[in-house]
Amino acid sequence: MRPPSAPAGPQAEVRHASHAGERAAYARLVRRRILLVAGLGALMLVALLFDIATGPSNLPLADVVSGLLNPSGLDAPSRVIIWEVRLPYALMAVLVGTALALAGAEMQTILNNPLASPFTLGVSSAASFGAALALVLGVSLPLIPADWNLPAFAFIFALGSVLMLQAMANLRGTGVETLVLFGIALVFTFNALVALVQYVASQEALQQLVFWSMGSLSRASWDKLGVLALVILAVVPFSLKASWRMTALRLGEDRARSFGISVRQLRFFSLLRVSLLAATSVAFVGTIGFIGLVAPHIARLLVGEDHRFFLPASMLAGAVIMSLASVGSKLIVPGALLPVGIVTALVGVPFFMVLIFARRERL
Amino acid sequence: MAPLLTLDGLSVFYGRRPIIENLSLTPITGGGVTALIGPNAAGKTTLLRALAGLVPAKGSIRLVGMASPAHPLELTGLPVSQHARHVTYMPQALPQRVALTVFEATLSALMSARSDVVLSTSEAQARALETLERLGILDLSRRGLDELSGGQRQLASLAQSLVREPTVLLLDEPTSALDIHHQMRVMQLVAELARERSIIVVIVLHDIAQAARYCQRIVVLEHGVVAADGLPEQAITPQMLARVYKVEARVEPCSQGFLQVIVDRAA
Ligand SMILES: Nc1ncnc2c1ncn2[C@@H]1O[C@H](COP(=O)(O)OP(=O)(O)OP(=O)(O)O)[C@@H](O)[C@H]1O
Ligand SMILES: [Mg+2]
Repeated sequence: MRPPSAPAGPQAEVRHASHAGERAAYARLVRRRILLVAGLGALMLVALLFDIATGPSNLPLADVVSGLLNPSGLDAPSRVIIWEVRLPYALMAVLVGTALALAGAEMQTILNNPLASPFTLGVSSAASFGAALALVLGVSLPLIPADWNLPAFAFIFALGSVLMLQAMANLRGTGVETLVLFGIALVFTFNALVALVQYVASQEALQQLVFWSMGSLSRASWDKLGVLALVILAVVPFSLKASWRMTALRLGEDRARSFGISVRQLRFFSLLRVSLLAATSVAFVGTIGFIGLVAPHIARLLVGEDHRFFLPASMLAGAVIMSLASVGSKLIVPGALLPVGIVTALVGVPFFMVLIFARRERL
Repeated sequence: MAPLLTLDGLSVFYGRRPIIENLSLTPITGGGVTALIGPNAAGKTTLLRALAGLVPAKGSIRLVGMASPAHPLELTGLPVSQHARHVTYMPQALPQRVALTVFEATLSALMSARSDVVLSTSEAQARALETLERLGILDLSRRGLDELSGGQRQLASLAQSLVREPTVLLLDEPTSALDIHHQMRVMQLVAELARERSIIVVIVLHDIAQAARYCQRIVVLEHGVVAADGLPEQAITPQMLARVYKVEARVEPCSQGFLQVIVDRAA
């Protein structure tokens, strides 16, 4: 856009001033978004602490904090409660929220569909079917420890469903609408298969299956946490590296390609990340539907769709909602631990509504 | 030396259906604007997308006179990342519901493929602002794309193409949603840019008088075939309009000498 000879005089000065003004405004916008992301991070820490401090056995918050900082100063029962129950559950909530939200955010962008999420496109249903096979038919995989058998099955089917989406995406001439439809078809197919397995299941297996499919943090353990944390750590740098490209993809597929972005490649690797994130989470905690859908929407309302901020904000929003849901699952029925999958929607919807109405006020 | 774009035996298919078959043109020269006109479904968008490397095409599209005139650059089959260094395409359809500001969207045109453009963030910002200013939409830079009018959105979309400063600029109906002031402004700007930087501009238009006024060359496409090609006064004739557009029309210069098309009735 540079004119051949730089214009001089008062006009150029006015121009400089207005450009400087716009640059400053953009810098302010970026700063505000960083603050919002940091704020979400702080909120997540508070929610996490709150989650650790909540539970049927009444441990005062002060004890919990000192127990976290200095485990050896605790008596044995408290140590077990904090270190073997509350902390793994609470961390699992945060990690699962992070992973599902990131998966949902990437899916919504690469499929150009605000309703896309691991849940709405069949990943969770596929995992349920895998779990159903393991529970009801009692099949087991070689070389896998017994208590990892069920997650392994769920993982394989979840991964398989995303890879099927992937294969569809690589067929020449499939638009993103076709992909989304195919994902929805997967939901119905796997739900039907799960129903079929349920039909032939024993009473006991059926009960286990229903409980599994509700999504629960009680399957958390330190080694599972380690696996999920590793998956997230491995995936996030690649997601962030693709953030400008994903931002450009929001302007349309032809547009992004004419910027020099290989959309096929972007979509391929993004779906690969999504499959790892979603399959691992669902395998460990069961079906948790709402997070992957709503966390990206919350992030979008807060920071827009510059993916450098949108992706981190989605992850943190997911972690916050999951944490609050975990707290809710302990408080709603005193003394009982509800499956967290039931609570996520109950916590997430109001949070979402508040934001939507807050935005309306501003307009 | 101004660059040249040559098209030789170009064929484009959607599935098995041929849209453009064996199309050849005399070289399109840089420094001026070439209009691509023709009725709906003639294949204008398809041809532009083929030039942009967005649909696979058979035949040859060459860019001559880039680094060394002796070695023309074959564009067909080039990976998108390399293609995009030389060619930018502005699509006809605009995206819906995008939570980005006009400035961010313009910036992403440079930042998302920085390895080809080699720019610092600050340079990219400066270039984005200059582009918005030249289009007269600097005051929209902080507005969200989803809160713009149709015409404003089209101008923002044009900014995303111009900011890349390509050698070949392909614009698919960039003025279809604009009022007369902005239509003139955009056409003047495009003609100016073509001249200043001696770049190749191919623009799809439905307004024939406007094409005649601002473009040095008119290519008329009909069913994927070139129906007329040449200077405005050569290409735009009552016979061509009757044959291609199925209208009875007169082509007359106005008092200032610009060609006007007066349509009497649909034939
Ligand atoms: N994605 C597609 N798949 C299959 N056929 C297509 C596709 N896009 C366009 N076509 C067909 O190719 C032909 C040319 O379409 P094209 O979009 O190039 O026309 P156009 O000249 O740009 O028309 P308009 O003035 O309406 O924009 C039409 O017959 C159309 O039906
Ligand atoms: Mg068209």
